[in-house]
Amino acid sequence: MDKFTTHTGLVAPLDAANVDTDQIIPKQFLQKTERVGFGQHLFHDWRYLDNEGKQENPDFVLNQAQYQGASILLARENFGCGSSREHAPWAIQEFGFKVVIAPSYADIFYGNCINIGIVPVKLTDQQINTLFDKCQQGDVTLTIDLTNNKVIGDDIEYSFSLGEFHQYCLEQGIDSVGWTLKKLAKIEAFEAQLPAWQ
Amino acid sequence: MATTLYEKLWQRHLIEEKPGETPLLYVDRHLIHEVTSPQAFANLRFHGRKLRHPERTIATMDHNISTRSIEINAAGEGAANQLRTLEKNCKEFGIELFGMGHKNQGIVHVMGPELGLTLPGTIIVCGDSHTATHGAFGALAFGIGTSEVEHVFATQTLRQTKAKTMKIEVKGQVGKGVSAKDIILAIIGKTGSAGATGYVVEYCGEAIQALSMEERMTVCNMSIEFGAKAGLIAPDQTTFDYIEGRDYAPKGELWQQAVADWQTLKSDDDAQFDTVITLEAKDIKAQVTWGTTPGQVMAIDGTIPSPDDFSDPVEKDSCAKALTYMGLTAGTKITDVQVNNVFIGSCTNSRIEDLRAAASTVEHFARQGLKCSDKVTAIVVPGSYRVKEQAEQEGLDQIFIKAGFEWRLPGCSMCLGMNDDRLKPGDRCASTSNRNFVGRQGRDSRTHLVSPEMAAAAAITGHFVDLNA
Repeated sequence: MDKFTTHTGLVAPLDAANVDTDQIIPKQFLQKTERVGFGQHLFHDWRYLDNEGKQENPDFVLNQAQYQGASILLARENFGCGSSREHAPWAIQEFGFKVVIAPSYADIFYGNCINIGIVPVKLTDQQINTLFDKCQQGDVTLTIDLTNNKVIGDDIEYSFSLGEFHQYCLEQGIDSVGWTLKKLAKIEAFEAQLPAWQ
Repeated sequence: MATTLYEKLWQRHLIEEKPGETPLLYVDRHLIHEVTSPQAFANLRFHGRKLRHPERTIATMDHNISTRSIEINAAGEGAANQLRTLEKNCKEFGIELFGMGHKNQGIVHVMGPELGLTLPGTIIVCGDSHTATHGAFGALAFGIGTSEVEHVFATQTLRQTKAKTMKIEVKGQVGKGVSAKDIILAIIGKTGSAGATGYVVEYCGEAIQALSMEERMTVCNMSIEFGAKAGLIAPDQTTFDYIEGRDYAPKGELWQQAVADWQTLKSDDDAQFDTVITLEAKDIKAQVTWGTTPGQVMAIDGTIPSPDDFSDPVEKDSCAKALTYMGLTAGTKITDVQVNNVFIGSCTNSRIEDLRAAASTVEHFARQGLKCSDKVTAIVVPGSYRVKEQAEQEGLDQIFIKAGFEWRLPGCSMCLGMNDDRLKPGDRCASTSNRNFVGRQGRDSRTHLVSPEMAAAAAITGHFVDLNA
């Protein structure tokens, strides 16, 4: 996993609440056995007017010229609800997003983001409203300073928190399996005292 | 100190908790399927790591298999590749697999409990959000992403942040014709679709205790639909009676030890929960969702709401968008809404009791000489081969077939439409599944979540029915 310390990028405003993982990556694209190839299908049914993905929907935010190259996705509450499919954050990441900003996330999606190196920033409803308002006025570029837990832009400085260990994992880009395997002795000791039926 | 059931389960699985690190928990049982596991196996292989406990891991094929044929190829090229990859991975890493046509094959959350793989007091995980189902047994069970699947493969552990606790008490007894599905839909209607995000929910109260294991699974299954990390019901004699004698359940002296242990698994009387929600069972009516999240739900005797009924701007906007997508007009009686598809199945409602309940409704109409509406396509998809066999022994399949339903092979089927069981644009479906998201059952299709009884009635009458009226 790549290390994340700070990132500056263009914000794409996706003005929708309860965006579920079926919208992020519909089921017909879950049949791959690799981790790549999902970005092209991100928000498929919103991005394309046809099933084949040839006819772009000009009204959808990610198809608009001004948001090309955006790397920060701004959304509303309960982002990533629904299924546990990690294909959803894989698609978001492969499309080019490094950060998602929303007032709240579904738990599994949030964890999946941390595990693959996307920074899921939580801000207050009021801060989110301000960011959406600013996006309506023109392009918004933000800097996500993970080390100091700040979202910084013109006239904006918001604080956020990921929790100590999640922040450490993202900053160091740690291999979480490798990290836990260092605790093997503790795991073995735990297993030795499990009741026989368990 | 008085503790909740969740805290007890947490404590007995805690390997390590230290400042600056997310706590490390032991995982007793890992269930896997074809869709969310291949990348985890690939990474394991890439790093040259072993799968720590193949014997604690069980695989089945369910998500994208055909419900018309047990041939792998019938699922289509992409699905067949995933299914073969699962076969190969299970062979290489020594995992027991219930593949196509195996007597134990089924939807992962139907298969686990019916084989006695799901036990109280354990932690059960699966790369599927409806893993919450197993919480019906007093197991801490939750869905995980593929990176976490890999973590469990390699370490038999997971790092988890401790959740907040929510108690949902359903007092008294439900009225006639009110099912477990109606109870959980009513709960979600009360809390909203993200009402329990960050929480582990414990369901309790007389109405919950009165439920069978199948019904409890229906309730816990939909915990994720209002954001809960997991749902729990304290194990009791109903639980022990269900598990005893099942293939993978402890036997003999181990059974005695296990039950003695499981009897301690309940929240202390004076345990404090972060949030408490109470419902009166007698107030719960048959439920139908009208929108595109499970929280957009109403009682059968109600009318479709208007955006003006909501004060919260996000809810108002969601209502307006949902009505447009669903092709519904505010003020319409839900019983006037016509459907052209019915799906009875999914990890929420495809167990033997669900099929009995649906068949009983079908028989009720059959006595009046009524069959499936000629405007409706209705399919029944049992949750597993064991459920299918049991249903056929009881003659349920014939009740459905005679009434014009299709009797299919087990699988996840139209709940998520990864196989070819998919709705067409504009189709409207009464579905016993768990999600009514936009496009879930097929692009531009419309899903109404209901109980098996309601789905069966809708198949015959072509619309939603107040069976108590």
